[in-house]
Amino acid sequence: MIEIAGVSKTYEDETVLDDVSLVLPESGITAIVGPNGAGKSTLLSIIARLITPSAGAVRVDGLDVQKTKSDVLAKRLAILRQVNHVGMRLTVEELVTFGRFPHCGSRPTAEDERHVREAIAYLGLEALSGRFLDELSGGQRQRAFVAMVLAQDTNYVLLDEPLNSLDMKHAAAMMKLLRRAADTFGKSIVVVVHDINFASIYADRIVAMRDGRVVLEGTSDTFMREAVLRDIYDTHIDVREVDGHRLGLHYL
Amino acid sequence: MAVRALPAGSGIWGSAAGLILAAGLVLVLAAASIFIGVADMSVGALMEGGENGRALQLLFVSRIPRTLAIVLSGMSMGVAAIIMQMLFRNRFVEPTTTGTVEAASLGLLATALLAPALPIFSKMLVAALFALAATFLFLRFVAKIPSSASLIVPLLGLMFGGVINAVTTFLAYRYDLLQSLAAWTNGDFSSVLRGRYELLWIAGLLAALSYLAADRFTVAGLGEAFTRNLGLNYGRILAFGLCIVSLVAAAAVVTAGAVPFFGLIVANVVRMMVGDNLRRALPWVALSGAAFLLACDIAGRTLRFPYEIPVGTVVGVLGSAIFLYLLLRRRARFG
Repeated sequence: MIEIAGVSKTYEDETVLDDVSLVLPESGITAIVGPNGAGKSTLLSIIARLITPSAGAVRVDGLDVQKTKSDVLAKRLAILRQVNHVGMRLTVEELVTFGRFPHCGSRPTAEDERHVREAIAYLGLEALSGRFLDELSGGQRQRAFVAMVLAQDTNYVLLDEPLNSLDMKHAAAMMKLLRRAADTFGKSIVVVVHDINFASIYADRIVAMRDGRVVLEGTSDTFMREAVLRDIYDTHIDVREVDGHRLGLHYL
Repeated sequence: MAVRALPAGSGIWGSAAGLILAAGLVLVLAAASIFIGVADMSVGALMEGGENGRALQLLFVSRIPRTLAIVLSGMSMGVAAIIMQMLFRNRFVEPTTTGTVEAASLGLLATALLAPALPIFSKMLVAALFALAATFLFLRFVAKIPSSASLIVPLLGLMFGGVINAVTTFLAYRYDLLQSLAAWTNGDFSSVLRGRYELLWIAGLLAALSYLAADRFTVAGLGEAFTRNLGLNYGRILAFGLCIVSLVAAAAVVTAGAVPFFGLIVANVVRMMVGDNLRRALPWVALSGAAFLLACDIAGRTLRFPYEIPVGTVVGVLGSAIFLYLLLRRRARFG
């Protein structure tokens, strides 16, 4: 369980997060949605101890992330941020192996190698495992990084806009895969997504943010309503039900 | 020669055989380096001994120290460059494009002016502290600039080095030390003698020691957030890396001098060939650094025999040619 208690973040006179309190469960997919500048990425980074909050605290399984040793947390929680256009010439396999670092340091055991192989297979990257990252397409590279955080084998996986730079096919495949990872391994996956429909279809819980505050916690049923969406996004979005899923027609 | 590296871990770049071959090449070049020179160094001359034993003396006082100095400098400058490239996340930095070497020179000049009686080891430490401070300052500065476009960083670094160098030159001019200053920043191994290069062993040792942290440097190259996600202490990796870089730069400056752009060339060629996983790349950087500097030094000594072309000049000409070739070839492949 991740407990976020009264977390705020201010930069000089700008408030990015304003007294956010939230509990994220031990399993399932939580989608964080909201307009640009709502503080979604900042919240994710604070949970993952990458940013120090100005006030409040975050506890992961009871461990205060600011006070717990970083290598202890690295076995419970993994984060993938969106800036991954790195020009590093590492192979996919080398990158994914670094995901095992919290467990084995520089000396991967047979067990670690098994995790690496499984994560690579899980993302369908077997044929590319010997290729350098800078020789892959943006989508393939994104999948390689996701394979890395899965190899880290943590209960909590935080992904900041994992659908960025993925085309339609791969975006849907990525969400299906996260759904499967949450269901089969009982992981708790927290994703920041921009497309409310992906949140509606694949997430168990939706957390909507705006102006640094959490304005709604609920399911697709409570979130995917025209009045609610208008409050959050300041724009009218038609909501229709298709095959039991509530979809927002934000193209219109 | 395939520039688009083979799947990593396979082929010559991943194999121990390739490294042994490279080590063999270094040995052959080192042997050649020892036996090239104005004085007769044939086996016969060495065996004469007695009154005519000057050849043997020359061997131990001048030739072997020179060759060792080149090997140690080549290794450590290459390693320092690739570590810096990881920490700055930029493939165009190295100690002579970030003000590191210039700051070390300023430190050395400071000791020459204020505490000339200091033992050379202490002078090196002072130079290293100056280098560390300047590099750290520059790193902070680079983190602040909004555009981290890869070419902006070395350009700023060269300017930063230029500013430090202006201060140093002014002081050196005032106190009549211009000649020493030129020797510190332009590598030249012709004056290396026994007793005047040994600090380079420290640089060589540090280069070897850095292998222990190879994986950590690679992770740091993937960014601070990435590093902290894996539970590693980014600041500590940064501090360790910068200490190695500063000490290597200082050791170079107080002995034979730093060779501009040398590490940059070596590190980039190796990264293109074997990739950025330092655990695999570091031994290649060390060996090819030694081999390349030996080859440049040998070329500098034989081209206009019995005169010498400074090794920095040879590195500049050969290195930029190789570098351009690789860059263009790579571009062509990726279309």
